[in-house]
Formats: sequence, C-alpha cells, structure tokens
Amino acid sequence: MRLVSEKKFLTIDDGIELDCGSRLAPLTIAYETLGELSPARDNAVLVCHALSGDSHVAGFFPDDPEDARPGWWDIMVGPGRPIDTGRYFVICSNVIGGCQGSTGPSSENPATGRPYGLDFPVVTIHDMVRVQKRLIDHLGIKRLLAVVGGSLGGMQALEWSLTYPDMMDCAIPLATTMRHSALAIAFNEIARQAIMADPAWRRGDYYGAATPATGLAVARMIGHVTYLSDTALRQKFGRRLQNRQDFSFDFGVDFQVESYLRYQGSKFVNRFDANSFLYITKAADYFDICQRHGQGSGVKAFSKARTRYLVVSFTSDWLYPTAEAKEMVKAMKKNTLEVSFCEIKADCGHDAFLLPNPRLAELVAGFLDSVAKERGKQK
Amino acid sequence: MRYDLKVISSWIRPGSRVMDLGCGDGELLEHLERNLGVQGFGIEESEDKVAACVTRGLNVLQGDINTEILDYPDDSFDYIIVSQTLQQIYRPGVLLDNIMRKGKKAVVSFPNFSHWTMRLGLLLTGGAPKNPQLPYEWHDSPNIRVITIKDFRRFVKSRGFVILKEANINTARKDLSGKLVRFLPNLRATYGIFKIGRR
Repeated sequence: MRLVSEKKFLTIDDGIELDCGSRLAPLTIAYETLGELSPARDNAVLVCHALSGDSHVAGFFPDDPEDARPGWWDIMVGPGRPIDTGRYFVICSNVIGGCQGSTGPSSENPATGRPYGLDFPVVTIHDMVRVQKRLIDHLGIKRLLAVVGGSLGGMQALEWSLTYPDMMDCAIPLATTMRHSALAIAFNEIARQAIMADPAWRRGDYYGAATPATGLAVARMIGHVTYLSDTALRQKFGRRLQNRQDFSFDFGVDFQVESYLRYQGSKFVNRFDANSFLYITKAADYFDICQRHGQGSGVKAFSKARTRYLVVSFTSDWLYPTAEAKEMVKAMKKNTLEVSFCEIKADCGHDAFLLPNPRLAELVAGFLDSVAKERGKQK
Repeated sequence: MRYDLKVISSWIRPGSRVMDLGCGDGELLEHLERNLGVQGFGIEESEDKVAACVTRGLNVLQGDINTEILDYPDDSFDYIIVSQTLQQIYRPGVLLDNIMRKGKKAVVSFPNFSHWTMRLGLLLTGGAPKNPQLPYEWHDSPNIRVITIKDFRRFVKSRGFVILKEANINTARKDLSGKLVRFLPNLRATYGIFKIGRR
C-alpha cells in the first residue's frame, strides 16, 4: 500500500518580523505530516528540507498517478524506514521564501495584489526556523523528539537547536556547516548571476510572462556540479560521448556529462521559481551561527545548546567538507555537549545524504531509537 | 563482558563522567551507562565501530584519539579510560599527559609483553613471540609499543603521576574469565590495569 501524504496549509495572519526588519504578514506555511502524534505528544520529528526540496518528504499525494515519484526523502522516511512513520510523527514544511506552497516571492503581495517579486523581503535561516516554530506550536507540540536535515536542512536543524534549545531532544545535522564558506557563497553567487543575467528575469518581475528559464537552468547546473564529486563524475560519465562516435565540432552536446547537466537544468525550471532560488541561496549565504549566537565564536554559540547531536559528514562532500563538520563538533566538544560524529565513506559527493546509504540509515535509525527510548524513560 | 572490562567497571564511581578512548563497539561504555549511570563519551577511529556505538545510544566521535581529546576543556571527565589501546599509540607519553589534564583520573590497561609465554617464546624460538593475547606477526601487529607491567609503573612515575590502583590479571576463555595475579605479576599476568591520578 502506498504511503499517502496530503499538503496542508497554516496561515499566520500577523506573520512575523523578519531579521531584515520588515514584517511578513500574512504568511502561509505549507506542510505535511506522516504517522500519528502520540497521546503524550512526544514522538514528533521535524524534517527540514534542502535548497530545492519541499514539504513532500515521503510518500505520494492522493491524486498522484501510478508512475509518480515519491517524496524527496522516501528512502529515509516511511513505515519501517530509519525515520519510521509507524513510530514517529513526522512533520515537514516548505521554507518561507520557497515556491511550493509557503509564502515566497511568487506569492501575492497584499499591498499590490500582484506577486511580490523582489519586493519580497530577504529571509534568513533563522526566519525560516521561527516560522516553523509557529507551526509546531499550532500542532500543539511542546518539545520535538528530533530536528533532522541535510545541507540547508541541516542549517535549520542547527539553528533550531540554538534558537529553541529546550524544544527538542536531539538534532541531526547532516552534510552541513555552521557557517557558509566563501566557496559555497561563491557558487551560489555564480548561480544567482546566471538567473539575473537572463533578460527574462526583468528584476524579478516576470510572473505572468516568460520565466528566466535559461538562467535558472544554468544555476541548477552549477548547483549539480557542487553536489557531485570528481570521483562521481568520473564514474558516472568519464569522457564518454552522448549518442555519437566523434566530436561534433560545434557547441551542441558532445559529452554525457553535458547532456546530464542540461537535463537536470531543464527539469528543474518546470518545478522551481527563479526568485525563490535567489532568496533561498541568499539565506544560506547569510547563515553563520557563530555570528548570530556567539559573537563570532562557535564555542560561545554552542554554549546555548541543550540537546544531543548526531553530526554526519561524507568523505567526498567538498561543498560542506568534513573539516567544517569537525570544526563544528570541536565547538560542541568545548562545551562538553553530548555529540556523536561519523564521517561516512561515500564517493557521490554532497548528494550522498539524499541517496540510499545503509550506513546513514543505520546511524539515523539507531540514534533516533536511543533518543526516543531515553525520553520514554524520563517520563 | 571481557574480564578486564569487569575489573575496570568496578573502579568507576557511579554517576561520574567517563571518556573511553578507543571505545571499539562501545561494550564497556554501554555497560557503564546502564549499570553505573555514568555519562559516557567515546572516541573511535573505525566508521563501523562508531556506527555500532551510535546505535547503542552512546555519544561517540569518529577520529584519532591523540588529537580528538585535545578539544575538551581541562577536567572535563572524572575518568578517561584507555583500554588495550596504549600499546598502539605512537607517543604514549604525550597522550598520557593530555589524558591527565582532560580527566581527573585515568584507567589504563594493556597486554603484558613480559608474560612468561612471551619470554619463553623469544628464548626458545628466537622469533618475535606470540601468545593468545598477542597473536600477531611482527610486521602486521597493531601493537607498536612493547609494554611490560614493570615498565609501565616506571613510566607513570616518570611522567609525574601516581598509581592509585593496580590489578594484574590472568585471563582465559577468550578473556571472558580471569583472576587477579598477586605473585610475580610481571611474569604471570596477561594484562595490567592501572588507575592513575595526579600528584
């Protein structure tokens, strides 16, 4: 039987005051829940999505066709999966600034009756988390069992643990960092420039007209390279040519890797809004918990933490490399926090956290299980 | 549980904070948490073993014990345990100094290289000696440091620390059972276990 998930919406009329100083109101948050909330309300796991994700973490929508693909982390979330929906109540919401149901630049601006475009205020990871907190309050949950996420989702998990330190039993940040590096910012900026250089972008005011599809596709291609690794690219494509014996001697597709990137780029423009891409990458670039919570010091930032952590990095991830994860773990250790850290051997680069990986499954399942049992004992 | 780990457990005060360096699959730490209510931490190099520890609900970091221990503030732990790992450490003196800063007490155990089987092996065969506790060939042994009980006592004193307790044991049945060796331990014990404190 297919796991069915339905998208729900929560509208917060008075909105929230954002870090940039403006108030975003009203605001809507799209979310999905899987599994049953226990009578004691103590089995809730918040899953935070990455850059291009959405609230559809696992399963299928009721009206999905037979050949539809399940949610983005179906391998991790579901009945009998590491984040077992038979046991945990799983919540996943679309970030604000996104384009999959939560208020973002493509939403209607109440002041003008037209889509916000660039009038949408710049949001931060901290803003995203504060909105999620409103959702958790709305669901009547006082304390989450866990906040889990990879990449941008991992940043949210970290932000949660320092903004609401007493609201969770554990945080599981995967393939992430405590502050966005110059390298990561650089790639995001190139991707944004690709969008903004597209004439169809029109300073963000393209709704109802042609979208900056070329720019967004190039942005996605850049992103995809950073999610892979040298080894993964060699293994997957090498220098193999795409449907040809010899070079074309023009600028069509020669190599398989070109074909792959073009395919990923064109697939993305059908489901993602270019302005949302700008806003969410900017939020990632602004992310720095050392600055926000520790006046520049990671050690000071984590002195606020009251939760257990499971930190995971992947050997071939060069976007959020192990060295950054270890720097974060070091700051946690200086506060003698309860933290587990594992660097998983994987060739597939940053994407590893989204791909089937028995080790990751084992770690997440085992860690969550132990945290749930500990919480059970405390009652 | 292995007999040497039982001895170590009996030396740990209930409810204390314990770091196990080279904690393996977490057998000892789990035992200490369950039965003595200690707050346990571990550092382990192998990804497989770290995963096993995490599944057991332990706080374990993957990494090199020599460097990972340095990140903790001084006096972070009541006990730091180094169980059957010291003989694999390149600079045991430096590690012991760091352990005695980060932890108030240390519990160190190691296989005794001067057990009579080892002595006899070298004397009679002329080859690098082996016994059930030290079964390796010279070229594939992880044990790069040859420690004897006698040498270890001297080593602790020379680093400026004091031996608070000493148990020398003889083990059997794959180390699952054993007994204390009081008479001629350097000759007769397969393992030495020491509790070490600051002067």
